[in-house]
This record gives sequence, C-alpha cells and structure tokens, in this order.
Amino acid sequence: MSSGGLPEHFSYIVTVFLMVAGLFIVIARGNLIKKLVGLSVFQTSVYLLYITPGKLLGGTAPILSPQFTVYSNPLPHVLILTAIVVGVATLALGLALAVRIKEAYGTIEEDEITAADNAVQDVEGVKS
Amino acid sequence: MSVLAFAFVIPLLGAVGIALTGKWPNLRESVTLATAVLLFGTVLQLLEPVLAGARPELVLFEILPGLAIAFKVEPLGMLFGLIASGLWIVNSVYSIGYMRGNDEKHQTRFYVCFALSLASALAIAFAGNLLTLFLFYEVLTLMTYPLVTHAGTDKARAGGRTYLAILMGTSILFLLPAVIYVWHVAGTTDFTAGGILPAGTDSGAVSVLLALFMFGIGKAALMPFHRWLPAAMVAPTPVSALLHAVAVVKAGVFSVVKVVVYVFGLDQLAGATDWLVALAGFTIVAASIVALHADNLKRRLAYSTVSQLSYVILAAAILAPLSVIGAALHIAAHALGKITLFFAAGSIYTAAHKTEVSQLDGIGRRMPWTMAAFGIGALSMIGLPPAAGFISKWYLVSGAMSQGAWLALFVVLLSTLLNAAYFLPIVYRAFFRPLSAEAEHHPHGEAPLPIVIALTFTAFGTLALFFFPDVPLALAQQLVKS
Amino acid sequence: MSSLSAHLPALQVVLPLLSAPFAVLLRHGGFAFGIVTAGAWAAFACAIGLWLQTGEAGIISYHIGSWPPPWGIEYRVDRLASFVLLLVSGTAAIVLPYSRASIEHEIPRELHYLYYAMFGLCLAGLLGITITGDAFNVFVFLEISSLSTYVLIALGRDRRALAASYRYLIMGTIGATFFVIGIGFLYLMTGTLNIVDLGERLRTVEDSRPVLAALAFITVGVSLKLALFPLHQWLPNAYTYAPSAVTAFLAATATKVSVYVLIRFWFSVFGETLIFEKLPLPQILLLLSLAAMFAASFIAIFQDNLKRLFAYSSVGQIGYITLGMSFDSVNGLGAAILHLFNHGITKAAIFLLIGGVVLGLAKNSAVPNSRGVPAGAVPPAPTFDRLAGLAKRMPLTCFGIVLAGLSLIGVPGTAGFVSKWYLILAAMEAGQFWIVAAILLSSLLAIAYVWRFVEVAYFKPAPEGTTKQEAPLGLLIPAWLLVIGTIWFGLDTSFTVGTATEAALQLVKAGR
Repeated sequence: MSSGGLPEHFSYIVTVFLMVAGLFIVIARGNLIKKLVGLSVFQTSVYLLYITPGKLLGGTAPILSPQFTVYSNPLPHVLILTAIVVGVATLALGLALAVRIKEAYGTIEEDEITAADNAVQDVEGVKS
Repeated sequence: MSVLAFAFVIPLLGAVGIALTGKWPNLRESVTLATAVLLFGTVLQLLEPVLAGARPELVLFEILPGLAIAFKVEPLGMLFGLIASGLWIVNSVYSIGYMRGNDEKHQTRFYVCFALSLASALAIAFAGNLLTLFLFYEVLTLMTYPLVTHAGTDKARAGGRTYLAILMGTSILFLLPAVIYVWHVAGTTDFTAGGILPAGTDSGAVSVLLALFMFGIGKAALMPFHRWLPAAMVAPTPVSALLHAVAVVKAGVFSVVKVVVYVFGLDQLAGATDWLVALAGFTIVAASIVALHADNLKRRLAYSTVSQLSYVILAAAILAPLSVIGAALHIAAHALGKITLFFAAGSIYTAAHKTEVSQLDGIGRRMPWTMAAFGIGALSMIGLPPAAGFISKWYLVSGAMSQGAWLALFVVLLSTLLNAAYFLPIVYRAFFRPLSAEAEHHPHGEAPLPIVIALTFTAFGTLALFFFPDVPLALAQQLVKS
Repeated sequence: MSSLSAHLPALQVVLPLLSAPFAVLLRHGGFAFGIVTAGAWAAFACAIGLWLQTGEAGIISYHIGSWPPPWGIEYRVDRLASFVLLLVSGTAAIVLPYSRASIEHEIPRELHYLYYAMFGLCLAGLLGITITGDAFNVFVFLEISSLSTYVLIALGRDRRALAASYRYLIMGTIGATFFVIGIGFLYLMTGTLNIVDLGERLRTVEDSRPVLAALAFITVGVSLKLALFPLHQWLPNAYTYAPSAVTAFLAATATKVSVYVLIRFWFSVFGETLIFEKLPLPQILLLLSLAAMFAASFIAIFQDNLKRLFAYSSVGQIGYITLGMSFDSVNGLGAAILHLFNHGITKAAIFLLIGGVVLGLAKNSAVPNSRGVPAGAVPPAPTFDRLAGLAKRMPLTCFGIVLAGLSLIGVPGTAGFVSKWYLILAAMEAGQFWIVAAILLSSLLAIAYVWRFVEVAYFKPAPEGTTKQEAPLGLLIPAWLLVIGTIWFGLDTSFTVGTATEAALQLVKAGR
C-alpha cells in the first residue's frame, strides 16, 4: 500500500463508501428499520477496515509449519468476530425496540413518533 | 479553647431544643431565651482574655489541603459577637411579644432559623480565615431566607427572590473569586494583622481585588447592590430588627473592615480607595434622599440602614487609624440605634397596625415609651449627643481630618442634615400633631409589655454607649494597634 | 487472603458479570435482587481494596490468564481508575437496594429479574471500561454497558422511553463505532492494542495523518457517549423517561465513565504525540464546555419536567468537567476528576429523590392493581404544576433535593463548591480570568433552576386535602446516604481532593 492507484486501494474505497453510505442512511431516513439497516452497513464497514490490512493474499492461519511461509494476522479477525457479535446484538435490540415502538405508537416513522410525543407534551405541559 | 466552641454549640443545641419543643410555645420560648442568655454569657467570657491581648483559637478540620475551618477571636470580631449575641436576648423578648401579638404562623420554624442565623453570625464574627468567613457568610444568607419569606405571600416570595439573587449572586460572582485569588497569590487566607498580600502585589490587581471584595460582600449594601435590603423588609419586624439592622448587615460591614485591616492592611491600600470613598459617599447621600421620600416607615428605616452602612465603609476606606476606630464603633452604635428604631416600628404595627409615616400624627401621646425610644434612636442616627452615634461620628470625622479627606467630611456633614430631615419630622408628628380623625375612632394603647421592655432597654443601651464607651473603644483601639 | 487480594482487578469485573446470568437463571425477582446486589457490594469491596492498593503500590498491572502485556490483555489500575471504580461500584451498591422499592411500581413484577440482570451487566461493563488496559477491550465493555443501558431505559413505563432508548441506541452505536474505527487506525499504525504500549509506540510514529484521524474518531465517538454539548441530544429524553433508579445510576456513572475514557485516551495514549501538542484541541474543548455550561443550564431553567430539568443540568455540569480537562494542567485535570466524582454523587442523590416524588405522584393518581402497578397507562410526570406545595407532602425529599441543589450551585460546605474552587484556581493559574468570570456567571444559572424548584415546592400552596406522604424508607435511606455524601465531601475533602490530585499527577507525569 505504498503507492496510490485504484486497484491497490480498492478495499479501502469500498470501506469508506460503506461507512459514508451507512451513516447517511442513519441520518437521512426516518424509518426506524431503515435506520437500523444503515447502522448495520456502517458497522460492516468497520469489519472491512480491520480485516483488510490483516489479510495477505495467499496467507494462511499462523500455523508453524515449514510448508507455510506467509501468514495472515489473526488478531484483527478475532477482534472482528467480537465486533460482529456486538453488531448482531445491537441490531437485535434495535429491531426489538422497533417492534415495541410499533406497538406503542402504531408507527415506525420517526416524524410521526415525534408528532405524537409533541401532542402529549402539549397536553401535559401546563405552565406552573 | 473550649469556650469558643461553646459559642457555636449553644445556638445549635438551642435550635434542636426549639424544634423539639415546638408543640409547647411557652417551653419553646423559654428554650430560646435560655439559649440567648447562655450564649451571651459564653461570649462575655471571651471578652476579658481578648482585652488582655489573648487571641483564642479553634481549628476544626481542613476543608481543603492547607485550608481549615478555623476560628480566631480578635477585637473586631469580639465586638461584633458581643453585639449580636447581646441583642439576641432583647430581640427574643421582643419576638415573643411580636409573634404572639400578630398571631404569626410557623413560629417554631421562625425561632429555629433565628438560632441558626445567630450561630452563623457568630461564626462570621470569629472566623479565622477568609474561607471560614465565606462559608458562614453563605450559610447566613440561606438561613435567613426562610425568615425573609416567612409570610409565604407572593410579595414575600418576590422579596425573597431579590434577597437571594443579590446576596448569593454577588457573593458567588465577586467574593468567591476574590477569596480564591487571595489564596492563589498569598498561599493563605488567614486573617493576619497588617495584611497577607505579598509585598510586591501589583497595584492594579489590588484595586480589582478591592472592588471584588466590596461588591462581593453584598450584605454591606454598597450601591448598586443595595436593593436586597429594602426587599427584605417583607420579613416580620423582629427579623428586620435583629438581622437587617444587626446580624446580617453588620456581618457585611464587619467583613469589609476585616478584609481591609487583615487581608489588605491599611498601608497596602494607600491610594487605592479613592473611588471607594466616593462610592460610599454617594451611597450615603443617595440612600438618605430615598429615605427622605419614603412614606413607609420600614422602608425609610431600610434606606437609612443602607446609608449608615456606608458610613462604616467610608470610615474604613479613609484608611486612617482613627477612622477605623470610628468604623468599629459605628458597627456597635448603629446596631443599638437601628434595632431601637425597628422595635418601635414593630411596636406601632402591633398596637396600631400602622405602617406609613403619614399615619403617625399624635401617636406619641398614645405610645409614649415607644416614641420616646424612637426619638433616642433617631438622635443616634443623626449623630447627636447624648446618643452613641455621636462618638462613632466623632472618630470618623477626626480620621477624615487627619487624612485631609475633605470629600468624606462634606458627605458626613450633608448626610447629617439629611438624617435630621427624615427622622425629626416623625418625632415632631408623633408628639406635636393632633391625632387624625380616623385614628380617634380606633383607640389603642402601648404595645404588649415584652415589646415595650425590649425597646426601652435598647434605647437605654444607646444612651449608655455614649456615657460608657470604654469596652468597645478599647476593642477598637486594639484593632488598630495590632 | 493474599492470593485473593492479588486477583482483585479480575474479581472487580467478574463478580458483577457473573451475577447477571445467575439472575436470569433464577427467574425470580427476589433472588435476582439478592445476587446482583451481592455482586455490586462485592465489586464495591474490590474497589475499596484496589483503592487502598494503588495508594500503597502506585499502579497495579494485572495480566489476564498470565499472558504478559502487550500480548495478553492487561488490567491496569492507577489512581484515576480506582477513583472511578469506587464511584461506579459505590453508586451501584446504593442504587440497587433503592431499586427494590422503586421498580415495584415502574416495572411489571415478572420482568424484575431481567432488570437486575441488565443492571448487573451494565455495572460489569462500566467497571470493565474503567479497569482494562486494552483499547479494544474498552470497546467491548462499552458495548456491554451500552446494550444493557438501552434495555434499562426502555423499561420505563412511558412509551416515550422506547423512543428515547431507540434514539440513544442509534447515537450510542454511532459513537461506539467511531471509537472502534479510531482504535483500528491506531492498531494499523502501531500493531498494538495495549494502552500503555500504544502511548509509547505512537511517539515514534512519523506518518501522523492516520493518528490524527484516530484521534478525531475517538474524540467524537467518546464525546457522543459522554454527552458533550452539542452531542447531548440523546441524554435529556433518556434520563427523563427511564425508570428512576436507572436515571440515577446512569447520571452518576455512564457519562462519567465516558469522560474517564476520554481522559485516558487523551492523556495516556495521545498525550506524548506531537500532533496532540499542535492541535487546538484544548481550545475546542474549552469552547464546547463553555457552550454546555451556559446553553444547557439556560435550557434547564425553562423545563417543566423536573427530571428533564436536572437532565439538562447534567449536560451543563459535564461542561465543567471537560472545562477542567481543557486547561491541560494538574490542577485543571484534578478539578475535572474531582467534579466527575462530586457531580456523580450529587446528581445520583437528586434523581433518587425525584424517584420518590414520581412514586408519590403515581400512588396519588391511580389505584394499584393486582400486579402492584398502577392501572393508569402512563405515570404522571413530575411537572412543576404537580409539585406545588410538595414540601408539605414530602419534607425530607424536598430538603434533600435542595441540599443537593446547593451542591450544583457550588455553595460552600457542599461537594460542588470544592470542585468549583479547584476549577477556578486552575483558571487563575492559567491566567484566564475571563474563564473565571464564565464559571461564576454560569453558576448563577444553576441558582435559577434550583430555586425554581424551591419556590414551587415551598411556596406554591398545596392542593386541598394534602397530607404528609413521605417516600418509603427504602427510597429515602439510599437517597439520603448520597445527600449526606455531598455534604460530607464538601467538608472533609481529604479523600476526594487527595485522590483526584494524585490521579492528575500520575496522568500528567506519565504524559510528559
């Protein structure tokens, strides 16, 4: 990765694209499920960010044996395994919350939820 | 020094006792009186050693590394402590008559807060360093807040808001940074004769620091931070009398004198106080003019207090040893005179339910004791013999002459005339005008006996201080010598 | 015993972590309460032990599985970590007994064991963040605590709790992902994840662009979690609608631990790199802190819901903590650490007391049904119109809120005063007198919002037929323990100031 050029940086470009796209979806979409999809894409980009530099083409797991000379770094892989678990848990919890919100509000559109909340506050917010 | 500890323990225990005996008013008031008497006795025990040159100390614990809650009795604090604790006895007698005579509510809370306020006032009087002083200065504000808003009405609440906003605002905004700055440059906040600021402190910094202290001590009611004092007049009269003529406001000017003498030192300040002389002079005159136009009696007294407090600041700002003696004496003289005046105002309210000066025609014939006492208090305010105010003014004027402070002299002269102009007509009205037609139909006599006893006593005190000023004078002279 | 004390760093996290699955397996509110509380108290005991040990031995380094760092995961306890451990585990030890009485009316009884399980996880996560010396481990524990926090907030009975929790989940996950991106860059540049090792190796890294990116990602990510103005939007709703005990626990610990992470990365990891010296980071932090102190406190004044009022106050108070950090001096950092602790216990006390108020309102508004949960769908919020004359109904609760409120203002004799003292001292040392003025002016805003409560509670006439109805002792005792704490640490500061100063010295010495 010393010199520039599209092919060499291909995976980084994908990473950055996923990162920005995911973040954009989270911010721009009002649908709670779509937001979670965006969040997942965003998190996935991080997996790539870690794995890419750790993986060498033709490299194997670091097993000490004369026939293997090129190893991939196992640590990023292990780390990302943990990160994937975290991502799955976050997604599951987010979806569960979306279900509960649907039950409570009857919608999963953010602006409608905000409108419903404001309506309640107007009733409640009697000035002291 | 265990006697010193008792000066704080007694009122605290008293407060607990009052709270516990709240269901039995007679017992509760007995506890209040007993606490006040015991406290005065304790403070009195400190007097002899202090006059002999001892400085009893008490260090409680370190609140910050190197900064302890510490007490040290020096002459000025001794004087303030004596006045506050002594007048508390009289005020308690008066309170009993007033609170019962007017059927006030929440009397237990009233007496508890009063005892706690006194404890804080004594802690200020005996504070050994700036941090202790600041701590109890704030505690005093908080403890008197329930007293100011005692009535619980919207007016009381508004008054309480002004009271708290100004006192707390100025102390946090100006006094706190001043204290921290002293600690920052001097490495100590202990009150030390001659000042603690390092010798080479920049004169600009000294000026700014002085301004921070003067405006930060909002209780001294230097204009433009005087509005809390009239606002606090919504409180029941005993509160106005003891706290807003004695404990709270005196805690303010006491702190001013203490800071000038023990933090800056008179020499360090030379040349830095011209603006303070002018501002104090302006406060004296402006407040007197407002008082002149105030028809409400308590409001007139409040502005008179604002004006008289600035006498003390003026005297301290002149920086002459004689005027500093005058400042210390004026703390005592004004306390006795003003508490008499407030007692009289409360007495009139209790007996005749009158609050305005214009309603007082001929009242002296129905309430001779009250109005005679009022007259004596007024003499002291104006500074005429044979009242105590004359002595303090004498020293103030001598100090001003020795320094050639002509502006101060002019202010004192002018304000004396103004004082006479707003106090003497009241006395004249009370004794020489005929009763108004409306008052003819509402017969009333003197106020309840405890009230009359109390105000007679303080009126005598005002006279006695003129004839026997030895003890306060000795204390004040020690203050300058040390 | 000696072998036990050698393993305190591991036990510190493992005990509360283990209590959570047990709580789930037991499936019984009472048993779950017992085991999680025991876990929290054990963690508190560990924290005390560690505090004593760091006092004697300085920094403790514990190698998980005996793998030496930088290869294995290291648990590293310095003075700062032990201080934060004490705050977190101590708050948990006090809030858990409080939960017993408070969630009875907020959470359906059959879900209680899950509440305790989540609480145990959250506690373990926060303790783990504090104690670990491994950067990726910080992320893992951060997510453990965050995920359980989202659940805890969603347990609030108002449906807005769900929306608040969701919003927090989105913001929190973005923050955590930013953080892990930053860690990724650091790992790419240095090949290590150990925090001490990172700090040493970063000194020799020449290509500074990825390090700069790492710093940016980590700072922004953690700032989201610590609710640094203007990244605080998730906080007010989350605090307002979460169950009372959860609000109190989070206010005292979650944001504080995030501040700890920021301090740790700034001073222990980036402190020695050149880019850190060249960047105007302290200045940026200073401006954001000032904005928080003024804007958030100002917004707080106009809130009608008491919980939301103090939530905004939290955002403002976090500004004081980060302000202390921005001075980049021993006294400034000490003030930040001190305020982190002092504000933690003060705010916890306030939110615990408000929990009692909420409970009282719920009891008044509806008849409890068989499940012990009032029948009304949404419990009445503690808005000011419902609090008129509250002092008559709940004198002890109100008095406690006032005392803790004085600490928020910084009245002498309270913990808040001590931190403000050091903050101002640090500003004076730096010669920044306009910051002194700003600190003092913003304190006045605190007077305004605290006094709004005082006037409503003490002066507004109570509704007809009001009788004294104090919060149950199960709520009052824990809350008042913390109130007494705020007074105690305002008068006897040897523990707080001493530890904070030592911690700041350790950090700055290691960094320079």
